[in-house]
Amino acid sequence: MENQDISLPLEEQTEEFVVNIGPQHPSTHGVLRLEATLDGETIKDILPHLGYIHRGIEKMTESLGYKQSIYLTSRMDYLSAHINNQACSLAVEKALQVEVPERAKAIRIIMAELQRLTSHELWWGSCAMDIGAVTPFFLGFRDRERILEIFEANTGNRLTMNYITPGGVMQDVLPSFVSDLKTLLVKVKGYLAEYDTLITGNIIFQRRLQGVGVLPKEMAISLGCTGPTARASGVSCDVRKYHPYDGYEKLEFKEILNDGCDSWARYLVRMEEMRESIYIIEQLLDNLPEGEYRAKMKGVIKLPAGEYYQRVETARGELGVYIVSDGTNKPYRMKFRTPCYSNLAAVKPINVGAKIGDLMASMATIDLVIPDIDR
Amino acid sequence: MKTVLRYLQEVALAFRSLWSGLRLTLYFFTHPRKEIITEQYPENRTTSINIPERFAGEVVLTHDENNEHKCTACTLCEMACPNGTIKIISAQVETEDGKKKKVLDKWVYNLGMCTFCAQCIDACPQNAITMKNSFELSVYNRSDLIKTLNKPGSKLKEKS
Ligand code: SF4
Ligand code: SF4
Repeated sequence: MENQDISLPLEEQTEEFVVNIGPQHPSTHGVLRLEATLDGETIKDILPHLGYIHRGIEKMTESLGYKQSIYLTSRMDYLSAHINNQACSLAVEKALQVEVPERAKAIRIIMAELQRLTSHELWWGSCAMDIGAVTPFFLGFRDRERILEIFEANTGNRLTMNYITPGGVMQDVLPSFVSDLKTLLVKVKGYLAEYDTLITGNIIFQRRLQGVGVLPKEMAISLGCTGPTARASGVSCDVRKYHPYDGYEKLEFKEILNDGCDSWARYLVRMEEMRESIYIIEQLLDNLPEGEYRAKMKGVIKLPAGEYYQRVETARGELGVYIVSDGTNKPYRMKFRTPCYSNLAAVKPINVGAKIGDLMASMATIDLVIPDIDR
Repeated sequence: MKTVLRYLQEVALAFRSLWSGLRLTLYFFTHPRKEIITEQYPENRTTSINIPERFAGEVVLTHDENNEHKCTACTLCEMACPNGTIKIISAQVETEDGKKKKVLDKWVYNLGMCTFCAQCIDACPQNAITMKNSFELSVYNRSDLIKTLNKPGSKLKEKS
């Protein structure tokens, strides 16, 4: 901070000042406040303030039954609602050693991958909007709507579905599910091509992201980043590959890695993940197993006393569910290791020293969902 | 000289990539009828609006044509509801052969507290309740949100 040196003539001296970004700022995508200390346009320090949307979900689970707790988890990362439900259901099933029917497993994976698609489509729109393009935002929402229609028709809800439940899924999918999805996937592929012409190939957009928000591999590991954020730094961490659940081990898919470490790499990883999700769904569609969609479970679930842990890959990274049970019908403690909380840690180190204008670009590609941080 | 050339090349490339994106926007602009995604909501509410059969709009207690429902007032739905939305008020009546029997008096449903999670429907052993796909549920008074779902004069359907 040589400019703050008082021996300099007065007109050349600068001062640090603090800018509050948020809690109501469109590019923080929720109520997160970043207290940024600036020297001119250079960021000196960033301090995130959390808790604006803290609802105490972890504490609430202690007074609710297991099924009732699982439905609450849709409200954590609301863009990965199915996957959150799946994580908790898997933990409960592991504790009770319930075998989930094959059909339920396949439906779960399809729903989870569709959820990843909706999440990434929304991210694509908002990422481009943060950088200054408005049309992509509407296109992202338009395409997400098509998938939400499928959710609405099959599960009854659009955002907080409460569809995946211990033992399987709440209700069987519609008879037209497979044909609906096939027409949808053809459309989504067209949309992805549109995204590429509109934004990916745009030199101005590329220059805005390249070399911005560099998160080196070592730092990504030590901060505990997961998901596309870490995979864009070359960290291989896909839970679907390393700890497969619900039959991911039988499917063929690539883990998307990129060694770019910057915002552009994170953008590319997410775009490629959308294609991979489509590929996963296509493998399941042609031979969706017949049979039961739900294993028989008791109305009130009681877990044997002990500790259970289950990890899944949400659209943003690794979600861990840790249940401590004392043998009653309510969890003694339910702890969620949410991906956004760990990824938030990367905001400070990748932005200190950068310009304030680039903060939005690197925030956009980390893709934080604030209710997931606060819970 | 070389750097200037490279700079100019880059500017040209930027314009070209900008044009390819804008061409797509222009295509949508000149083909407005290709894919209309805007729904004219209040106008289309009776015509083209598509609400799926399973859409979770509100909980209803199904009554058949004889004004009979299937609810035995077992309160399992009340216990399954995470929000305390449901209150089952039951009454003790005496049957002809002198036995005491619990029957449903009021099935009270607080729509304002319901999150449409369908756990009550899942919990009901009699399949007495379902989700209806209604969606225009707003009312002017908050007290109107608290509904009694069993119709006046309705009674339990006898098991055949
Ligand atoms: S849908 Fe959910 S919140 Fe609503 S009454 Fe049923 S259990 Fe309660
Ligand atoms: S609606 Fe079903 S669960 Fe609820 S009290 Fe009646 S019979 Fe029992």
